[in-house]
Amino acid sequence: MDLSFAPQDLEFRDDVRRFLARELPAGMRHKVLEGLHVSAEDVTEWQRILHKRGWGAPNWPTEFGGTGWDAVRQHIFDEETAAAGAPRQLPFGLKMVGPVIMRFGTEAQQKRFLPRIVSGEDWWCQGYSEPGSGSDLASLSVRAERSGDHYVVNGQKTWITLAQYADWIFCLVRTDPSAKPQSGISFLLIDMKTPGITVRPITLIDGSHEVNEVWFENVRVPVENLVGDENRGWTYAKFLLGHERTNIAGVGTSKRELLRLKAIAARETKDGKPLLADPFFAARLARVEIELMAHEITNLRVLAAEAERRAPGPEASILKIKGTEIQQELAELMMIAVGPYALPFRPSTLDAGFDGDPVGPAYAAPLAATYCNMRKTSIYGGSNEIQRNIIAQMILGL
Amino acid sequence: MDFNLSSEQKLLADSLARFFANHYGFDARKAILKSPDGFSRDVWSKLAEMGLLGLQVPAEHGGMGPAPVETMVTMRAIGRALSLEPYLASAVIAPALVRTAGSDAQKGAILPAIVSGERIVVPAHGEEGARYDVSHVATTATRAGARWTLRGRKAVVLHAPAADTLVVSARTSGAAGDRTGISLFLVAKGVAGVRIVPYRTIDGQPAADVVLSDVEVDDGALLGGEGAAWGALSLANSLGVAALCAEAVGALDATLAATVEYTKTRKQFGSPIAKFQALQHRMVNMLIHVEQARSMSYLATMRADDDDTRERQRALSAAKALIGAACRAVGQEAVQLHGGLGVTDELAVSHYFKRLLAIDVSLGDTSHHVERFIAATAPPVV
Repeated sequence: MDLSFAPQDLEFRDDVRRFLARELPAGMRHKVLEGLHVSAEDVTEWQRILHKRGWGAPNWPTEFGGTGWDAVRQHIFDEETAAAGAPRQLPFGLKMVGPVIMRFGTEAQQKRFLPRIVSGEDWWCQGYSEPGSGSDLASLSVRAERSGDHYVVNGQKTWITLAQYADWIFCLVRTDPSAKPQSGISFLLIDMKTPGITVRPITLIDGSHEVNEVWFENVRVPVENLVGDENRGWTYAKFLLGHERTNIAGVGTSKRELLRLKAIAARETKDGKPLLADPFFAARLARVEIELMAHEITNLRVLAAEAERRAPGPEASILKIKGTEIQQELAELMMIAVGPYALPFRPSTLDAGFDGDPVGPAYAAPLAATYCNMRKTSIYGGSNEIQRNIIAQMILGL
Repeated sequence: MDFNLSSEQKLLADSLARFFANHYGFDARKAILKSPDGFSRDVWSKLAEMGLLGLQVPAEHGGMGPAPVETMVTMRAIGRALSLEPYLASAVIAPALVRTAGSDAQKGAILPAIVSGERIVVPAHGEEGARYDVSHVATTATRAGARWTLRGRKAVVLHAPAADTLVVSARTSGAAGDRTGISLFLVAKGVAGVRIVPYRTIDGQPAADVVLSDVEVDDGALLGGEGAAWGALSLANSLGVAALCAEAVGALDATLAATVEYTKTRKQFGSPIAKFQALQHRMVNMLIHVEQARSMSYLATMRADDDDTRERQRALSAAKALIGAACRAVGQEAVQLHGGLGVTDELAVSHYFKRLLAIDVSLGDTSHHVERFIAATAPPVV
């Protein structure tokens, strides 16, 4: 047992730090660290910069263009990039469809799709949820009927994150309506430019445009875009959800947000003293910091165990629950820290370069909106209640 | 970065599991609990034979320590078994004090006797009004020539009734709360002026308040430099906290397992109550507490003998704060999910509940350690 990093891992960390100091554009860094809007161009540009260095796919094996890093290096990279204020790499290609294509896709699919994920050429989105199928995903009803060498897709998907920028969508579709719900689902890759696809924005609680409805009307998808076997999609979906949950641990980001929270609480005052010195506030902050310390170690334990059997297990559900609870608590404390200046809501101040009249401290501007937005985390990616069902069944055997 | 036990450590865990299954089953434990000593001399000598009383004792004095991971493995097994043996006092904290503070002669005289099980040595440090402050020592020691006179009262000294030697902290200068001016004294059983007020703790551990009325000891009883015991006390306290954290993990594992098992067998409304989602989710919350606790126990184990005092205390306080809260939450849920049987003496769950609450309030509860964590955390750079 040893909780410290090996010397070569520390060298690696220095290497990552040097790279970030040199290559992470100051504008992007500023936006991320201040909680301002990060554009789609920023996300793509950052992916290209990473790709150029050979670090486009930190969680992939080298045979598919990944870094081949072990769990420790992935963790270090995650922590360092988050701390430096790098934009988040999109999870949809790297953490979701990529691993599915690697594991279950044909060689042709691997050659066609994987390199363009790593290079940032293709932006993927995830077509899982439907208006009538949220937690009960297996009840989904978007239909794909075979017609010659195409599937014809009809129906509606919803909550599609960043579909407005996407080149491709991976979809769970029903190919056998007569089979049991889990047995009639297939996993399709669909070009967003295909005729018959309509993307409609959903405005979120904080006024942001993050998610969309995606409608399919007689959308023709070549059969070569089927992943694995027809009607086996549920197996691939479950495999993918495990990867999504490990991503959701969010240790690096939460450590960064904790520092931001402390910086805010050190500047805010209560009775003439820093809020950070207020015993009630300090105790609540300490509790979440301690939870995060434990969560970081739990995350490393899960990553180490995964490295040994090369697939995420149900422990990932623990990370999802704890990780999102921590993210939400940090967002809540940041909002509380600024007192009444949580109230002014001026979305334009969240665009980099805003030069209007300031209202209150600049750091206060995004906090209430972020707090509202962060409620999503315990709902998406399999709600925390669904995660509890998974743990109850798979770990506790209830 | 490696979370695995070595093959030797796994063997140790397995043999401890077998050992306690054989010697500390529920009924056997109950008999030990009711015995006059309140622990088992037989089990204690077997632990000595297995070499486990030497995990904090260096090889030159007959031990195999300091062995933090082996201590963790042992304490986990102790937690799972609800062992009543004086392990924390006599095999973790006392030998840590002696090996850190003692002279070569003192180490040579005491440590081998601890390892062999021949002598039970326990720390007598806590006092009324000190709560969990290691520096709050009001008991005094005054020197007259080569003799010292100790006066004061030590509170909740675990296993004092069976102790052959007490390691008593006393103030030789300064005031309660000062880090300097605390000294340690070895006080043998039966010395005039030592009065033991014995009792059991809520979880069944033998303990006592120790009243020191003009207790005279000679210069050789002074353990370490005069007034310079704080460092040794602080380190021993950290090792004790790490050991308690590991014990907690063992007890938490067993408490959760017992609860899961019980809900699978208990039927109401025609179904095992484990099938009810309201209960399933509560057991999942228990599991999350247990896993977070396990992570922090690793951290505590690996940092407990760090030299960097501030970092060490920060890690240990974080671990104990989180684990204390986990003990409370998991214990309460376990009793609730056992229904009426949870509040009887007849099932293991109530015994785990009491041990878990005792762990929380030993060597600093959650509030105490949250406060210490805040004090040890560097302020942000603004």
